[in-house]
Formats: sequence, C-alpha cells, structure tokens
Amino acid sequence: MATDKALIAHLYRRAGFGTTPKLLEELSSKDYDDIVDDLVDIDKINDLPDEDILSRYYPQLHSTDNFGMDNTKWFYRMINSKKPLQEKMTLFWHHVFATGWTKSEQGPTMIDHIAMLRNNCLLNLRILLRDLAADPAMIFWLDNCENHGKNINENFGRELLELFSMGIGNYTEDDIKHASRAFTGWTFEQPIPLYPYGHFKSQFIFDQDDHDDGEKEFLGNKGNFNGEDIIEIIVKTDACAKFISRHLYNFFVADEPQIPAWSIEPPKDQEAMDILVKTFLDSDADMKEVMRTMFKSEFFKNSMFKRVKCPAEFIASTLKLTSEIGPKDSRLSGLHGLSTVMGQTLLDPPTVEGWHTGKEWIDGGSLTERINYAVDLISDMENVGSKFLVDSLIMSDTELSSEQLVNGVLENAGHLEVSDQTFEQLLDIASKGPSVGNNNDNEDVRSKVIQLYTLLVSSPEFQLA
Amino acid sequence: MVTQKKSGKKDPVLVVVQLSGGNDFLNTVIPFTNGIYYDVRNYVGHKEGESLPFTDDLAFHPNAEPFREIYKEGKMAIIQGIGYENSSRSHFRAMDIWHTCEPNAVATEGWLAKVIRELDPNSSNPLTAVSFGKGLPRALAAPGVIATSVDNLDNYGLMTSIEDNTKRMANLDVFSRMYTPADEWMGGRHESGVVMNYLANTGSGVLQGADMLKDVPSRYKSSIEYADNSIAKALRDVVRVHTADLGTRVFYTQHGGYDHHAQEMPAHDRLMGELSQGIKDFMADLEEHDASEEIVILVFSEFGRRMKDNGSGTDHGSGGGAFIIGNRVNGGLYSEYPSIDPSEWLNGEDLKHTFDYRGVYGTLLEQHLGLDPTEIVLGNFEQLTPFK
Repeated sequence: MATDKALIAHLYRRAGFGTTPKLLEELSSKDYDDIVDDLVDIDKINDLPDEDILSRYYPQLHSTDNFGMDNTKWFYRMINSKKPLQEKMTLFWHHVFATGWTKSEQGPTMIDHIAMLRNNCLLNLRILLRDLAADPAMIFWLDNCENHGKNINENFGRELLELFSMGIGNYTEDDIKHASRAFTGWTFEQPIPLYPYGHFKSQFIFDQDDHDDGEKEFLGNKGNFNGEDIIEIIVKTDACAKFISRHLYNFFVADEPQIPAWSIEPPKDQEAMDILVKTFLDSDADMKEVMRTMFKSEFFKNSMFKRVKCPAEFIASTLKLTSEIGPKDSRLSGLHGLSTVMGQTLLDPPTVEGWHTGKEWIDGGSLTERINYAVDLISDMENVGSKFLVDSLIMSDTELSSEQLVNGVLENAGHLEVSDQTFEQLLDIASKGPSVGNNNDNEDVRSKVIQLYTLLVSSPEFQLA
Repeated sequence: MVTQKKSGKKDPVLVVVQLSGGNDFLNTVIPFTNGIYYDVRNYVGHKEGESLPFTDDLAFHPNAEPFREIYKEGKMAIIQGIGYENSSRSHFRAMDIWHTCEPNAVATEGWLAKVIRELDPNSSNPLTAVSFGKGLPRALAAPGVIATSVDNLDNYGLMTSIEDNTKRMANLDVFSRMYTPADEWMGGRHESGVVMNYLANTGSGVLQGADMLKDVPSRYKSSIEYADNSIAKALRDVVRVHTADLGTRVFYTQHGGYDHHAQEMPAHDRLMGELSQGIKDFMADLEEHDASEEIVILVFSEFGRRMKDNGSGTDHGSGGGAFIIGNRVNGGLYSEYPSIDPSEWLNGEDLKHTFDYRGVYGTLLEQHLGLDPTEIVLGNFEQLTPFK
C-alpha cells in the first residue's frame, strides 16, 4: 500500500536526517510499516559510504587529537548513510550518555566511544550499558579508573543510575555505593604517554586485584555482584523501562521538559509512555523492537513538527535537501565549527547532563547562524538539490496558481507545514510578479521561486522537525 | 527603545575580555625576583632582564609593554590569584563556572544575562548586551533574555549573502511579519504557541538589533590604527558600537588560543603582544571619542596553568589573575599574589587562589554598574575597592 509522502518525510526527519524529493518518490510506493522495518533492521543493509575516499581526502582524519575532523566524518554519515537510523540513534545515545573530549586525556578514545555507541545503538540495552561501562572514555569521564576495591569513587555508579538508566528517586544512596563497588576494577590500561609522540587510545581492562568481590545488596538483590550483574538487575526494572522510554519520547517524538524535571513533571503523553514501556519490558530491552513500535504507533505519526531541530539535524538535513555531498566536498570541514556556533559541539557536550534541547537551542546568535546557513544553501543554484527544487516548479506542466506555488514550495522542502501567518506571507510573494509553471523560464521567474524558498527556510516553522 | 541619556553623567559600561584556554598568569605577571620561578619554568619562562619590571618584584611579560604603560598611568588594577575552591581543570566546566557563578551545580543562567534583566527588564533593547565573535557566551544566556551576538559588524544580520540590497530588504520585511508574536498560531501541526512566540521574539530581536547596528560602521571615525588580529578587531567594534550611543551596557569579547600545552613560548608571546596593544589602542580610541570615563574593562581567563612546565608548554592549573582597567580605576595590586613556594602549591602543583572571582564580579556590579550583586553572583563575597 502506498504511503503519504508527508508521513515518510516526518519519519525521515525523526529516524534520520531528512530526505529529498527523489527519495520520497522512491519510498512512496512502499507500505509504511515496511519503510519503518527497513530503517530499523540495519543489519540487512550493507553500507560503507565511500569512507575510504573521505579519509584519503582528509588526511587530518588520521591525526590523533583533532576531533573536529571526526565530526566531519560523522556529518558525512548523517547525510549519506543508507542506515540513517543508526546515525540518529548514535546521536540519541550521545545525548543520553553525554561524554566529552574536554575531559579525555587520551582524546582518540572519544572516537572509539562514538563507534561503540554506533555498534550497539540498536542492540539490547544490557549490551549497550555493559560496553558503556567498559568504555575507556566513559571510565575516565566519570572517574571509574579512580574507583578502587578498597576505596570507591561513586561518580560512575551514581550517574549510571541517575542519568543513564533509572533516574533519581528509584534507588537509594546505598544502592549507589553497592553498584560502585561492583564496578571496581573496571578500568583501562596505562596508555602510551602523550609526550613525545602524541595521543594514543587506551584499552579497557578488568583488574581482578582491584575488584571488590564481596557481597553486595542492590535494589533488594543480594550477591557477589560484578558490574554486569548490576546492569542485569537494572534493565529488568520498570524504572529503567520508563526512563529510556521518556528519553526516546523527548528525542524522537516531541520536546518535553528535560531530565532534571522528570521527578516533578509528568510525561506529556502517558498513553505513549505506556506503549513504549510495555514494549521495552516485553522484548526484554531490545531497542530494535522499541523503536519499531514507536515509529509505527499513532502517537508518533501525529507528532509532526513538535520538536526544535538540534543543530546537527538542522545542518545535515538542510545540506541533504540542497546539495549532494560527496566525500571530496570541501564544505564538510566547516560543519564542525558551524555546529559549535549553533550551540552543539558533537563529541564535546557541555556536561554529563548533555545538551539543553527544545527551544533552548535557539538564541539570537544561533538563530542568525541557522537562517543564514539555510539561506546560503537554498539560494545557491550551484547546489544540485537547490536547483532541482526550483526547476521542478518551473517545469510544471501547467501554470501554477499562487496557492499551488506556495504548496509546491512547502512540499518540495519536505512536506512542511506552516502557520496561517507564514502561509499568508508566502502567498503574498507568490501572487506578485511573473507566473510560475508551464515551462516559463527566465531570470525573474527563477528569482521569485528562489525568494519563496529563501523565506521558507527563514521562517520560524523551519526550525521545527 | 534606545536609552538616550539626556544630560550629565553617562551610564556605566562594562567590557569583558575573555582569554580562552587558560592564560598562563605566571608568565603574564612574573615574580621576576623569585628564584623558584626560574626553577619551575626552565623551558617555558622569561629570563631576568627580558621581562618588564613594574614593581620591585613583579614584571610583565616581555611583549606586554603597553600593559606596563597602562599600569604606570594608574589605570590598571591587577587582581592576583583569582579563582575558587576546587578549581575545575576542564575548559568547558571551568568556563561554565565563571559564566554562571555556580561552581557546584549546573546552572542555566549566565551572570551577565541577569545583569541585562536588571538593566532592561522589559527586553526593550536587544543591544543592552553585545557580544563579538561566533556564538553567544553562556554568561549572556538565560531564558527570556535577549542578547546580541555579532560575528562581523560590517556585515551583520540576517540573509547577508543576498547581495542585492533591495531584495534583501524585501525579504527582511516579510521576515518581520513571519516573526510577529501572535495570540494563536493557527494552521499546521507545529509546536505550541509558547515555542512559536519564543522563536518570534528571538527573531524580532535579531532584526531590531541588526537594524540598529546597520549604520554603525559608517558613523565611526578614528585616527587609531588597530592591529590586524581578532581581539583588536573586537575591541574596535566595541568602540564603534559604544560611540553610536545605542544603549549598550555590557560588551563581551574573546581572545582565543591560550591553551598552551605545547610550544607555549612563541604562541603566548604573540597573544600577550596582541592583547596589551589592543587594549592600549582601545583606551586611546575611547579617549579620542571622549568616552573613557564610563567604561571599565575586565580581563579574565578560566584558569591559570600548572607551576612546572612540561618542557614545551604548561598543563591546566588554577589560580590565575585578572585585570580591571579604565580611567575610573585606582591602579595597583589587589589581593595577594599566590605563594609560589612549592610547599604551598595547591595539590602539590598549582597556584592557590587568594580571591574569589565572584567577589570581583560583585565589585564591578555594585561599584561600577550600581547593581546589587547578591542575586547575580549567588551569594555575598568579599569585594575589592579598585575605583577612585
């Protein structure tokens, strides 16, 4: 059964980094549920998007202490990957398990950290949490290397419960201490020193001698628990199911108050939460099943434009719409700096609490950057995508009425919806000057169509996904 | 609405210069008569005779002659050993702490954003605070507060890539209507009115600010020739906007590149020259525009650096220094220089701070801007008396 393009565009804004008119055309003959399955079942797709060429073209990728280049590579993947949900889930977990370059004495371990999130992003949560606890960047970030059998450091144990899996109010201070004891000895090998040859990765080791093997009591269970046992207990709790579900809702469905408010503010949509929680528990924490259920549910389909795009989404989706970005595209190297001035430095979140999302992404400076960036891209006819957007309206078989013209602009840009206020402004422009369509092609016609796109990407609604 | 002074004294203005990356205070204000300095700074230090003495036992960095001149004119207060307990060595966290006055928790409101709220409670002037450079610093960010971030004053605003000015103006006209706050946002399945109105207010602020700033470059004339570097350019922009009399009370500028883990000597030399000459030119420019009396400059960095060098540079440390500069300032040394005796190093490797940074903010807020600092710096901290 064919699917409405507007719905596919919505799905791809959330499960990936946007779409193009061409891609929408291809997908629209498919059944919606099949499109969701294709996004979720990433193991069925073989995809290595020309990354060997990328690394040859950007030798800085081999540098040991330049994470901006790794962000370049990540942006390239966001735009080109055949598995967009994999990149989106990686970004999601990066928001939740916010770990940063700023505190990583061995910088390259941050690159491994993101790769770990990518490899595990759609697996069972227990596998992801185990690899997270054994990740050298995380171990250093939350000081688990200072968590010793005889002298515990609670930093990781605390955040594992508070920020990574359960949320405040679902465990006691004693639970934190016992969880921390279970993770003693989870550390990394002494890396090769920085001087004189630069940064080297560090590797996880389990130091049996530094591990407290005594009996622990955690969330009502008793035993000589190691870290993996703690994770096993966590993922079976309702609290964990609720916690992950609320994060997923906030990132993929609609902006919500963020985690510090969760113990006070009830969820926006309790029914949606119940569906996600049930799937999580029934599937025993299988993230693929949770995502599948979420994308196929009515609450998801009805959530169009309920989120403010984060800078990574804004940058990647606008590029995807307007340009074809090959591995040699010199614009790639500017995207890291661009996302920083828009308020989101990937691989370097502000704190372990991650980024402030929703409308907090927007201030005068970041809004200016976003608008100017989108205007630059869409008004430049050297960009194949932008040119296609303009051409396709000019080449219409019939002359377009003003309303048809505005609707055409909205559809081409990803089946966007705007307020009456914005629609009227666009309609006003559309009703002036030469008529568009019927292959009537000249400078004035082009200029008018470009102006409409320019105004659309400048609109408040274009900030939303 | 532009705040126009009718007569008499001009409104006080604060200019912040942030040295990003952690300035090596030990090599900025050098205890040149102390043998320990030469012991710990074997590779990354300045020989006696090269540094520029300005008291019996302190000397400026060899490239900071303009600082020595400003000091001798009595216009520079040096706050020695500024910091806070359990100083963070993370750049971001440390900057956050400086920007929010909250060392022990993650805060959402910048200290200068709270200043804007005090000075312009109805957000009537988007230029009450102006930051130069890319991105808005956390210090100026808080919910409901509008501050303007200018990357390039000569080409500031929205849709600046559109070369045809008539077209651009037509677009901005439509923009202003798209960004008009509304009681109800009908049509479309978009986010709630709260979010839409926040976007609308922010967009309107950008437009209004850009409109106010557009004639600024053409109105400015000066005989001062600034050097070609980022801090000189930003300080020149401060004078351009300040002398346009648009009601700006807080300016923010940043001088980056102070994170000298390696190859510190040539890099720090360059920055010290740029910074000190930039400030010197800035003051001369203000003088020329009869605008010196109302302005005070704060120069700070997120932390100092490790006592011992690592052979090529210095790693993150604590206990840096700050400068308060201006005609109003009663020049001299304030608070104590942290002991550089190894037995008194913090954690066995760092300078220990002698004065809380929130007390310095408090000093500027109360004694310069005339505001009650308690709510802004989140507490009562000892102040200095660096003003005439």
